[in-house]
Amino acid sequence: MQLFLQQVLAGLANGAIYAGMALAVVMIYLAIDHLNFAQGEMATFSTFIAWQFIAWGFPYWIAFAAVVAVSFVGGIAIERVLFKPLHNADILANLVAFIALFSILNSADGYIWDYTIKTFPTPFGTKPLFGSVLIDSHEAGMIVVIGVLLGLLYLFFSGTRLGLAMRAAAQNPASARLVGIRIGWMTALGWGIAAAIGAVSGMLIAPIVFLDPNMMFGVLLWGFAGAVLGGLSSPGGAVLGGFAVGIIETLVGTFVPYVGRDLKLTLALLVIVAVLMVRPTGIFGRTTVSRV
Amino acid sequence: MILEVDGLNAFYGEQQALFGIGFGIDEGKIITLLGANGAGKTTVLRALCGMVRTSGDIRFDGKAIAGWPTENVVRLGVAHVPEGRGTFVRLTVEENLQLGAMIRRGRAAIAADIDRVYDHFPRLRERRRQQAGLLSGGEQQMLAVGRALMLLPRLLLLDEPSFGLAPLIVEELFRILREVNRDIGVAMLIVEQNAALALELAEHAYILETGRIVLDGTAAEIAADEGVRRAYLGY
Amino acid sequence: MTTPQQETVPLGAAVARPTTRLTTGHWLLAGAIAVALVLPFVFRGFVIFQLTEVMIYGLAILGLNLLTGFNGQFSVGHGAFFGLGAYVTAIMMQRWNVPYYWTLPPAGLVCFVVGVAFGVPALRLRGLYIALVTFAAAVALPQLLKFNFFEGWTGGVQGIVVNQPGVPAFLPVISADQWLYFFTLAVVLLMFWGASNLAKSRSGRAIMAIRDHDIAAAAMGINANLYKTLTFGVSALYTGVAGALSALAVQFVAPDSFGLFVSIYFLVGLILGGIGSLWGCLFGGLFVLYVPNLAQDISRGLSGVFFGLIMLLVIFVMPSGAAGFARLAGAWVRRRVAPPMPPPGRANLAAPEPSGSIGPNSANLATTPVPEITEQQPVNMEAPNIRKPNRLGDRK
Repeated sequence: MQLFLQQVLAGLANGAIYAGMALAVVMIYLAIDHLNFAQGEMATFSTFIAWQFIAWGFPYWIAFAAVVAVSFVGGIAIERVLFKPLHNADILANLVAFIALFSILNSADGYIWDYTIKTFPTPFGTKPLFGSVLIDSHEAGMIVVIGVLLGLLYLFFSGTRLGLAMRAAAQNPASARLVGIRIGWMTALGWGIAAAIGAVSGMLIAPIVFLDPNMMFGVLLWGFAGAVLGGLSSPGGAVLGGFAVGIIETLVGTFVPYVGRDLKLTLALLVIVAVLMVRPTGIFGRTTVSRV
Repeated sequence: MILEVDGLNAFYGEQQALFGIGFGIDEGKIITLLGANGAGKTTVLRALCGMVRTSGDIRFDGKAIAGWPTENVVRLGVAHVPEGRGTFVRLTVEENLQLGAMIRRGRAAIAADIDRVYDHFPRLRERRRQQAGLLSGGEQQMLAVGRALMLLPRLLLLDEPSFGLAPLIVEELFRILREVNRDIGVAMLIVEQNAALALELAEHAYILETGRIVLDGTAAEIAADEGVRRAYLGY
Repeated sequence: MTTPQQETVPLGAAVARPTTRLTTGHWLLAGAIAVALVLPFVFRGFVIFQLTEVMIYGLAILGLNLLTGFNGQFSVGHGAFFGLGAYVTAIMMQRWNVPYYWTLPPAGLVCFVVGVAFGVPALRLRGLYIALVTFAAAVALPQLLKFNFFEGWTGGVQGIVVNQPGVPAFLPVISADQWLYFFTLAVVLLMFWGASNLAKSRSGRAIMAIRDHDIAAAAMGINANLYKTLTFGVSALYTGVAGALSALAVQFVAPDSFGLFVSIYFLVGLILGGIGSLWGCLFGGLFVLYVPNLAQDISRGLSGVFFGLIMLLVIFVMPSGAAGFARLAGAWVRRRVAPPMPPPGRANLAAPEPSGSIGPNSANLATTPVPEITEQQPVNMEAPNIRKPNRLGDRK
């Protein structure tokens, strides 16, 4: 029982990260109807930058804040430079751009920082939380930070004019233009926020899985799975989906025999597929009624 | 003159939909564009807002705006209530109105204006926190007009405001439009299939047919001319 | 409104069959085949191998094209079918001593069955979700191949070495590489021909109708579900056969050769070649073969960066792929060679209007010309002067 609880909490901690990534994925999806396959690589790149700042001697939280800011700007820049020219092109042309971005970032961070696995510090320490064997302080820290982040995002989107404008632009671009919203910049802003979320996720999970250029690949997959499970059209659903897959992953990995690290991924993807067979738009997704 | 249009052509891809359209609107005046389905009336409104490819001259308040992107035209003070209303159906009534004022500053003024909109459309006040998609057709139309007014526009474009609405509601809507025109002095360009109603409200009318203006005159003249009404307006 | 006089065609009258004229397309094809036949005698061994690989990748991409381009379903997992076909061939040849040419049909068949198996759940899922399922397949295959349980068959991590197909006795002296090239060429030509016929057939039209609007297609009586499932199967079959040929060409199969990146390469090759285009598949094959190596040549450490940059360059210049670009270029050339007639009186559209007056168009109606009569624009049915402008009252 103790093991079970422990694993559930560990799953929640991982799930927090997956929830963050799922949210980032859904944000861009709602804005442009495409999945950003390079989200993980952007997060990895950000984490490497953070590692570099820390290696140069900056205090953790200063580096953290700086990286979030840099990632935000970087996300906006990528959207304006790379994807704005393609926004009228076919969805598949955009897909190529995503793949290209993935390739560029993955290769670049391998080149700049090489492929040796690095340790990444945690400001929370790794001691058991308040002496409990159920969860350690970093895992608790992860849940808290992501929780705060999600809370801030919720306040931003529901309580500010800019947040309202972004929601409007995502839901109904034509009408948004008719009230004077510059929807191009709303999309860019969405990218910036998604990049920032990715950076936070990367920096939080790096202490656990160690930093290397392929760090976020599995995490992003889980983020996708969580988003799909929760429903790509529902940010709240995506977050819950992220937590859910975190728990599923940890429990399956611990309690199902013969499932090594790699097969774990496949197995859980299949679980997601099974869920989708029952509810094709995810648990909280809205079934879009399209006019024929 | 708040709006002058000259030699306007509009294209959907390679298809030309408007041929040499020309007209003008004075400050604070109401004019109406009439004609059958497919005559190009909606296209004229879209052309003014930069939603279709055009060639020719469009001047708003003296500024040449042909080819401008929609957002920029809107920011000059042109509010467009499109076909189908364009409501943000998943946002609340209040949020829809707030969006109408997106480009304005001044929280107090905006809040006061939202109140004024509710004064004109009391039914909306009752539903201010409801999802806009749950409103009836007439209420959504009022919401759309209210949202457009939140812009404090100098020119209001209305695309078939009576579409799909019960006659009583339509009368109420047009009465409110007349009130608003009197109070705020906003010029209006109304595209309508319900010619009788539009001719009551407007001062001047243009009749479109297959992308060309075939007739123009004061509303009174056109309404009085039975031959014209039978030939173009169906009554 | 006047309706144009129509000739009444008596029912049952013989409809003239379109004669098969030799079009430029046919000449190009013949030329290409001629060149292809000559190439292996011009170049040496390694280049022949590369040319063989181009054809193989082109065929694999054609498989993906059948699914995505013609039927509109998404797959990020065709590398799995490629690998599956390769392994079927390898296992049959090395474990069961089956001659290499007999391994192709089973490879195709196995992949067809697996493809249909994927097609069934795909029916319930929309685009993105199918992508995830196929993605799972692509990720899963290498893992499954390495799995101890199957090691007896698959050779586990080390893979299987495949014997090179020998040159048949009845042929003149050519090298094994050249023979493999011709064998591959024959198979690829056959399968491209099959795909081309499929595209032109009723089934092909049904498949494309489903892509364009599956609800409408179903409303017209097309069994969308059946076609979609079968298309998945055929698509997998094509890529599977390509995989089989690849096993023969490379003479080695191993789990890590068929990872996710293969699927991604195929998808990128398809898009850059041009979805829905048969010729585009070859361009895609060329891209998959040469560009990764090119990127590595530019910079070993940053090969991914340059690969990405080249991809971006291509997609920015040719957003609809090479096929789309060729189409545009062809249209541009045709416009230069035979420009459309300048429309009469076009200058009048720019005639100065009396400014500031309301309703100037009434005056212009008589002079507004009929718009340019090209194929794209509708001929204006109403001649301008049928409705005489009627000026009511005084003009302001």
